[in-house]
Amino acid sequence: MPPTAEPRRTAPVGLVVKGIAGLRQSVPALLALIFVMRDEGPILWIALGAAVLVLAINFLVAWLQWHRLTFHVGEEDIRVESGILSRAARSVPYERIQDVSLEQGPLARIFGLVQVGFDTGAGGKDDLKLAFLTEDEGEELRELVRARKDGTAPVGEDGETAPQEAAPVLFAMGPSRVLTYGVFEFSLAVIAVLFAATQQFEFLLPFEIWDFDAWEERLAGPGAWLSGLGPTAQIVGGTIAATSLIAVGFATGIVRTALREWGFLLEKTAKGFRRRRGLLTRTDVVMPVHRVQAMRIGTRMVRRRFGWHGLKFVSLAQDSGSSSHVVAPFGKLDEIWPVAEVARFERPGENVAWQRASSAYRFDSMALAFAIPALIALAALAVTVAAPVDEVGYPVLALIPLALGAFLAAGQWIEWRNTLHATDARQILSRRGWLAPRIDIAPRVKLQSVDFRQGPLARWHGYGTLHLGVAGGKLEIPGVPEARAKELRRAVLDSIATTDFSELNEG
Amino acid sequence: MDESLPTRSDTAPPETVGDDPLTPLHPDHVSVLRIQAALFALPFVIASLVLEAVDILPMGIFAIPVVLVAAFVVIRVPLRRYQAKGYTIGANRLRVVRGLLFRSDTVVPFGRVQHIDVDQGPLERMYGLATLTVHTAGSHNASVHLPGLAHDDAVAMREEIRAHIRRETV
Repeated sequence: MPPTAEPRRTAPVGLVVKGIAGLRQSVPALLALIFVMRDEGPILWIALGAAVLVLAINFLVAWLQWHRLTFHVGEEDIRVESGILSRAARSVPYERIQDVSLEQGPLARIFGLVQVGFDTGAGGKDDLKLAFLTEDEGEELRELVRARKDGTAPVGEDGETAPQEAAPVLFAMGPSRVLTYGVFEFSLAVIAVLFAATQQFEFLLPFEIWDFDAWEERLAGPGAWLSGLGPTAQIVGGTIAATSLIAVGFATGIVRTALREWGFLLEKTAKGFRRRRGLLTRTDVVMPVHRVQAMRIGTRMVRRRFGWHGLKFVSLAQDSGSSSHVVAPFGKLDEIWPVAEVARFERPGENVAWQRASSAYRFDSMALAFAIPALIALAALAVTVAAPVDEVGYPVLALIPLALGAFLAAGQWIEWRNTLHATDARQILSRRGWLAPRIDIAPRVKLQSVDFRQGPLARWHGYGTLHLGVAGGKLEIPGVPEARAKELRRAVLDSIATTDFSELNEG
Repeated sequence: MDESLPTRSDTAPPETVGDDPLTPLHPDHVSVLRIQAALFALPFVIASLVLEAVDILPMGIFAIPVVLVAAFVVIRVPLRRYQAKGYTIGANRLRVVRGLLFRSDTVVPFGRVQHIDVDQGPLERMYGLATLTVHTAGSHNASVHLPGLAHDDAVAMREEIRAHIRRETV
């Protein structure tokens, strides 16, 4: 695809894919139409004819749209002109393109097509998308954008465009790893959806779901034997129900994970991290190394017992979904850290001086957690004293909120104990969480702003929350004493002062 | 450019975690805040007067406290809020301090500024003031507002920050 070529159109086969995708929406409507009018004779045929006509018009419009959409890969930008009656022309300069992503739905995969997305960091739906190009065209376009970008950058470590060299694999997940991951993604979301659906479409069912008398009646016939079986059978029944629920939870987790993560492959190419994943919809994303703003290693309560963690990068380009920049979703720490190190993050060593929030912050948060339940307990006591009741035990009830308060305060203490922050030569580090700890690391030069916030209580006790602006994410450190905040801020500002942000992201 | 800015040492805002002395905002900013507070308090005052007029409770039981609180909100609070605000424009960073009860102390290095706005609301136009807003790429604190600057100062600051950005990128 030479850059100065004529304006081009997207792949014509794409029309078929779009057409089929459109049909998928209209077929249920058509079926419903046939079903409703099945006894109407000629009217049915007229309706069907109209439907076919509408489909034909839709197709014509789609064809016109395709015909009128041209894109032009220029010296400095990519231009797209589109629209049948009202024309729109859009130009995206190469320097502004953060990511080029390739996405394939199941249909597109059959036809060998990709949807090319140009992420400009403008946020989600405003981004330029070309659907559909052939796989080769998409790949070529991506290489070209990368090459152009490097051409405009003042210094490129790897100036020449090496198109398809064997890239070192940083992280990959085979089928067994994906399945293990799925097991840990146990989810009862399906049950919730089913439950919501039964409420939503209850009126369609031939009986009342919530009418328990009717259920009893219904069970009294064929179900009578069930109640006649005695407690053992009921226990067995309950166990079977619980087991099937658990099985559904595991199955949901495994299926969802397999669909998303199948064939997960993260490579280090000359242009950055390249991630491919997905079973039916395969995505292919490239993220330049220098655009990584921060990282997070997280885990969950149960999987942590088995040593599984996940690594995510925070990047300027904010594409869709929360799991967008996951670079190693499920792995052991020894597999994950090398990936982070490729992005120039440093694994904190033993000598890093981790600091906790101030003890005044600990006291305040525990006191606040305790205060509300304690007030409730006091109120309860006051009521029992003012209007004594014969029964003993009412004052004892006041102990319940007190216990709750103590529990919450203990929770705050545990949180305080497990909230740590540190700085090293280049980075700022933050650790949070007890059962599922996570660690956030951001290089200080990549921070955007430093904000120190204090509420009335915090001002009185001389601490505050330090909010650090990260492009595409956030990092906050609670309960930092004023002197320490000053110190951290100076460290950050000294690191920033030397480098301009746009330089940082080009070089 | 610091010379062109109003300096009022008698209302120096309190220091938080700062290292440099803060420049107070333009004194007219108090008037803007007062008018805003008055507009906010007006409906409550009217409501209390209406309740007085209906004569359901002894005289003054609604109007007196409401008017007192309104007077406090209109006269005292804006002054204190004004005194709590301040900024420092350093060699390569902008620091904005604000907040009476909940204090916030923000520093934005010029090298991280993506774009700059100078806005004037109708009230600010009456007093020839403007709000300077700097935008960063960060998700938290994506835009930092600095209200109550003389319009010319705001424009001068914008030019200065822009010059920095250009110098640092070229």
